[in-house]
Amino acid sequence: MAPTGSTTSRHPMTGNEMRGDSAAGMERHAYDVVVVGAGGAGLRAAIAAHDAGARTAVVCKSLLGKAHTVMAEGGIAAAMGNRWPEDNWEVHFRDTMRGGKMLNNWRMAQLHAQEAPERVMELEDWGALFDRTEDGLISQRDFGGHKYARLAHVGDRTGLEMIRTLQQRVVQLGIDVFMECTVTDLLLAGDRADLAGDRAESRSIAGAFGYWRETGRFILFEAPSVILATGGIGKSFKVTSNSWEYTGDGHALALRAGASLINMEFVQFHPTGMVWPPSVKGLLVTESVRGDGGILKNSEGRRFMFDYIPDFFRAETADTEEEADRWYDDKKNNRRPPELLPRDEVARAINSEIKAGRGSPHGGIYLDIASRRDPEFIRKRLPSMYHQFKELADVDITAEPMEIGPTCHYVMGGVEVDPDTELSGVTGLYAVGECSGGMHGSNRLGGNSLSDLLVFGRRAGEAAASYAAGQGSRPVVDEADVKAAERSALAPFDVEGGENPYTIQQDLQQTMNDLVGIIRTASELEESLTAIEGLKKRARSMVVEGHRQYNPGWHLALDLRNMLLVSEAIARAALAREESRGGHTRDDYPKPDPDWGTKNLVVRLDDTGSGVTLTEQPLPVMPDELKSYFEE
Amino acid sequence: MASTDAGVRGPTRAEIEERTLRTDRWWLSPLTTFVVFSAFVVYATWRAFTGDDYYASPYLSPFYSPCLTDSCVEGSSDFGTPFSWWSLSPALLILIFPLGFRMTCYYYRKAYYRAFWLSPPACAVAEPHGSYSGETRFPLILQNIHRWFWYAAVAVAVILTIDVVLAFRNAEHEWGHMGLGTLLMLVNVVLIWLYTLSCHSCRHIVGGRLRHFSKHPVRYRLWTWVSRLNADHAKYAWYSLFSVALVDLYIYLLATGTIEDVRFF
Amino acid sequence: MGYDLKMRIWRGDQEGGELGDYTVEVSEGEVVLDAIHRVQATQAGDLAVRWNCKAGKCGSCSAEINGRPRLLCMTRLSDFDAGETITVTPMRTFPVIRDLVTDVSFNYEKARQLPGAELGPRDDDGKRRMMQIDVERGQEFRKCIECFLCQDTCHVVRDHDHNKPAFAGPRFFLRYAELDMHPLDTHDRRVLAQGAAGLGLCNITKCCTEVCPEGIKITDNAIIPMKERVVDRKYDPLVWLGNKIGLRPRDYEGRMEVGEGPVRRP
Repeated sequence: MAPTGSTTSRHPMTGNEMRGDSAAGMERHAYDVVVVGAGGAGLRAAIAAHDAGARTAVVCKSLLGKAHTVMAEGGIAAAMGNRWPEDNWEVHFRDTMRGGKMLNNWRMAQLHAQEAPERVMELEDWGALFDRTEDGLISQRDFGGHKYARLAHVGDRTGLEMIRTLQQRVVQLGIDVFMECTVTDLLLAGDRADLAGDRAESRSIAGAFGYWRETGRFILFEAPSVILATGGIGKSFKVTSNSWEYTGDGHALALRAGASLINMEFVQFHPTGMVWPPSVKGLLVTESVRGDGGILKNSEGRRFMFDYIPDFFRAETADTEEEADRWYDDKKNNRRPPELLPRDEVARAINSEIKAGRGSPHGGIYLDIASRRDPEFIRKRLPSMYHQFKELADVDITAEPMEIGPTCHYVMGGVEVDPDTELSGVTGLYAVGECSGGMHGSNRLGGNSLSDLLVFGRRAGEAAASYAAGQGSRPVVDEADVKAAERSALAPFDVEGGENPYTIQQDLQQTMNDLVGIIRTASELEESLTAIEGLKKRARSMVVEGHRQYNPGWHLALDLRNMLLVSEAIARAALAREESRGGHTRDDYPKPDPDWGTKNLVVRLDDTGSGVTLTEQPLPVMPDELKSYFEE
Repeated sequence: MASTDAGVRGPTRAEIEERTLRTDRWWLSPLTTFVVFSAFVVYATWRAFTGDDYYASPYLSPFYSPCLTDSCVEGSSDFGTPFSWWSLSPALLILIFPLGFRMTCYYYRKAYYRAFWLSPPACAVAEPHGSYSGETRFPLILQNIHRWFWYAAVAVAVILTIDVVLAFRNAEHEWGHMGLGTLLMLVNVVLIWLYTLSCHSCRHIVGGRLRHFSKHPVRYRLWTWVSRLNADHAKYAWYSLFSVALVDLYIYLLATGTIEDVRFF
Repeated sequence: MGYDLKMRIWRGDQEGGELGDYTVEVSEGEVVLDAIHRVQATQAGDLAVRWNCKAGKCGSCSAEINGRPRLLCMTRLSDFDAGETITVTPMRTFPVIRDLVTDVSFNYEKARQLPGAELGPRDDDGKRRMMQIDVERGQEFRKCIECFLCQDTCHVVRDHDHNKPAFAGPRFFLRYAELDMHPLDTHDRRVLAQGAAGLGLCNITKCCTEVCPEGIKITDNAIIPMKERVVDRKYDPLVWLGNKIGLRPRDYEGRMEVGEGPVRRP
């Protein structure tokens, strides 16, 4: 348990070497690989790095096992062919690319489809108990955008199963975990002055700097490899399914270290979030409700999704209710119900219905499974949804429809990485999971997230370990950088008479929700950029009360800087991309533009260090043998 | 070490004076249990030690069934008198089995640990003891022999069932008759069976111990049935406690001539 | 529909602390965590509270509300009268860090002492086969969100610090039961459960089941079956007799007994 070479005793939970009452100071640790984030991607990366022989540490903002992965409900997409023998990686690859409107990094989509089945089997080896088919194999369920029933699942709590399995594996392997420890800066090797002039090529990672939430003390990790697995950015939006941790830390850390982000304009709004009561607004309602027979209705009782089938998916979508209903029992001879179109399509349709005044009393629309499946079936297949509505909204989903509306769910954009190794533009810096970009293109299919975490988590872990093993000497951390990181982290305590971070956060969330939401226009995006500039200014003078020990006000103040930077990246990219595609819908450019379909927008930190710049970059070209999958 | 063990008021815990901050009437349930169980124990002790008034032909009190000693009233020894040398009340000889079954029962343990030993009196209410060793030492480690008592309890339930059959006679032991006593005994034996079959040990033995239900479909079926009963084990524990006392009381009142049996036919 | 809610929130750390009075505006449909957040955003920016998903899925916001262990995010204000004062304290079984945040390291230590799943080789086609009815019991236990409310309410450690080294607690009895019922696991942890994990310290007073926000029947479905499995191994006269005359139950065939002692690590 204790890291070798350490003489002090580590706190058994957090890994903190010092108690709150011990003398001030900073902990220093040396590792081969430091993983930032303990969700599915981080834990899988840590396991892979450990298995490859690297001394590995996992650093996470919350307790181990609480990461946002637990919220994933539907399942892990993997073409195992347990339900449909005709399913294979090629079909999964095709579905993924089409779902992402062909903007995905083809190589990532290919690796993902090829390796996902084995990653799922590994979870089972480590003790996961998936739902079974009649033959005793891992059961697979239908989900939007997937041609075949493909999602390995456990009721509607697959994410919990996945994180628990990985967590238990990490514990079994004895990997060091630093809980409730937040990384605020990445440290680079060499002299900062030399680095300022040229870009990424010469930069390499030397370590990471952060603080213990419990004590507020600083901690320094010296390591040649750092893997970012920090998840998404949803907390910048008011209505979101994401938890407080989702403040874009990895995105911002990577930017500040000199790496680039891609696809930041693509933010997925999940079509079905709770809309009432207000305290849970945005909370996710799993897509499995629709996969298992739930349908969407407006206030007039009309099953409106038939009015919103785009040409792109017309050939494979049922156009009558009769055919759609038959599909659940006979998938071979019928086409899929339009409720199971990719998430961006469904979210837009719901948004239009609400705007047209056909919404429900609390500003959503109806998701109805009560009238279509018997209570026993619903409770068995969707236990946590049943629980969630019963406990939080006092709604019995076996007896009445749910009120739902779109909620910010996932960011497709993230750190630009090499598809095979997940290496970013900075040597030694890797990114996986939601904080990496490219895999999902402009829109992610349900179920592809959990498999993404596993496939690329493992690849990054192995690559990071191998890079660390190849380094003859350890990179040296510049002590001036450490001092600078300390000063920057303590800055909010030094301000007097400034604003409280909670208010700034609320204003940012409102801005992003209103101006950079599901439907965007140039004028609103410009307005949002002005607003973000204003918020940045206010943030420079924000003040926190109290002291450093477990102080949420201080934590938020530090996270807020990341949120502002990432929000700006999203707004700038959204303003630049003058088309509608996947998770980016422009009212002023309502159609996809083939020209925009060939390029990514790349975001980098600007010279001031507090804003971002944009460049266009052509998509990697898919080899011809893969192109053939898309010829009709 | 135990003496310094302050539990929720220990040095590292959040400093709160109250032993509990519960605002509901948490004491109601343990108090009720205490009163009812105590009343039963007093009643049962008195009845078991008197050695009298337990047979009113054709009814035999469940406290005294089977009656196996020479002191048994005439007509009550349906299984002979193998313990003819026993000089104390015949009830003491057999009550040990149902008593042991209930004392080691997983439900009763919960109830009396809470109500009598206050360990804990209710959830999140600090208990008054300085030390605690649970069921790891003698005598409480003997709770692990619950299963032995279950085997015996099945035998007792069979005997009580036979008693019910015998109760379909009149006072002269002619078949084909029934009275209120018969009905009470019938209800009692049904509740006794429900209590015995809903036992956690029973649930384990019929199928719970398996790792592969799929390879034992019959035992799986049995296990699901017992599991369903098991959910109401506490309820059956209470009902059967009342019914057994009620049957005994009824027979006592008949035997002492206080009341007359209501004969149906 | 809003009203002013009176709250008492414990503020302090290991040096000491007390219940502080707050009045905060709340509205219909809100939960206790909403009220705490509003206190945090408007009156006490440094009020420490641990939370993540706010949907009853991650098990972070465990605390005690009016003396009962609950999740802050799953306790609706409508469960109380509008005039009632709601008292919120940290979990009282674990050492306090600050305000509502406690040091739950006890649980992470216990997790490390438990030998994890060890499955045999896969089938020849590279897959594993388990039937749904065989995994269902384990699936119930794997619903556990590790909120540690069961550990908090359990008097074995709540009222007796001295039992902490010897007692794994309900959450980990769930895990023992899960692994023991796993159709493909190859280890037999019964002796370990009774010995090192302190299953015998449990006197099945069922408070763990009462507080479980996931509704897992911890006592009936995990602890008691586990106790019964220990009885199979150590105390059953018929099993003992069966062993003597060569009638062995096959439940544990092919399973290797893991004894007491430190867990092996590669």
